[in-house]
Amino acid sequence: MATEGQQHPIAIYFWIWGLLFVLSAFSYMVDYLALQGYLRWSLILLFMFLKAGLIVAIFMHMVWERLAIVYAIFVPPMVILVLILLMALEGDYTWLVRDTFFSDWSNFFTVQEHH
Amino acid sequence: MAESVEMQPGLKGLTADWGSDQRAFKGVPWGKAMMWIFLLSDTFIFSCFLVSYMTVRMSTTVEWPNSSEVFALDVFGVQVPLLLIAIMTFILISSSGTMAMAVKFGYEKNKKVTFRLLVVTAIFGAMFVGMQAFEWTKLIMDEGVRPWSNPMGAPQFGSVFFMVTGFHGTHVSIGVIFLIITAVKVKRGRFDNEDPGFMTGRKGRYEIVETMGLYWHFVDLVWVFIFAFFYLW
Repeated sequence: MATEGQQHPIAIYFWIWGLLFVLSAFSYMVDYLALQGYLRWSLILLFMFLKAGLIVAIFMHMVWERLAIVYAIFVPPMVILVLILLMALEGDYTWLVRDTFFSDWSNFFTVQEHH
Repeated sequence: MAESVEMQPGLKGLTADWGSDQRAFKGVPWGKAMMWIFLLSDTFIFSCFLVSYMTVRMSTTVEWPNSSEVFALDVFGVQVPLLLIAIMTFILISSSGTMAMAVKFGYEKNKKVTFRLLVVTAIFGAMFVGMQAFEWTKLIMDEGVRPWSNPMGAPQFGSVFFMVTGFHGTHVSIGVIFLIITAVKVKRGRFDNEDPGFMTGRKGRYEIVETMGLYWHFVDLVWVFIFAFFYLW
């Protein structure tokens, strides 16, 4: 069984560890420097995907695995993109309804007197 | 475990592996494949949480609390934004680093170093949970955040916060317990002696450290997404 294990030089783990530290520092700086708008969101996503990719590829050894398992694990989560799209549409619609009809949120729970 | 046919690389290998009428995941021990499939299901759980969070945040007409201010720490009179969360992030990343090295030294059958690295990983994990407990206490006692309301803005903020970080913290806690169990097994030489584990006849082997590592890296991975979407967004 030992032949099946993932064995790699220790240097690569130190490198990835360091990179993850730098990328985390970068994403923290996004907040510290109070960047706003699309610049903030795109930088957050960029650093997030880079960190996630390094963890999965190197620490979880996915880059050295055969495509049979890589595809079995990474293709199914793609359906979440559909859920994100659907719920974004739904959330947007709910917001529109609330903003149109229930915008007086502070009085939402108080009983309305109808005459 | 040599395969009867020479393994092909790339996409050809993908179809060949799946159509081989043998196990599909060649080069992946059974336990590791099972851990990956568990992690896939866990991916869906955390995705559902984060998508729900997106939905409630998009649909509320009340202003969402500014996490940068909510999670700021007072350091000698200066408000540093998200300080505790940043420290927690670095601690969890460091624990992933030590875990990856524990796997390496495990396969080298270096009992002493593997044990120490696993213990260090567990200590980092426990530190993370401790800081999270501090964060929850601060939010509940000082800021008055509840799952149904908070003084800062949209009431959904509390429910999302407790649900997502609570589930993640539970994963870390369970991971710490299993790290300690794995560390003790390494120290006692249960993997060298191929002793069967608890409630199983399967022999102990250092591959278990790698499977444990997959779970631990996944916990770190989930935190990357929580950090980005909940704390930074």
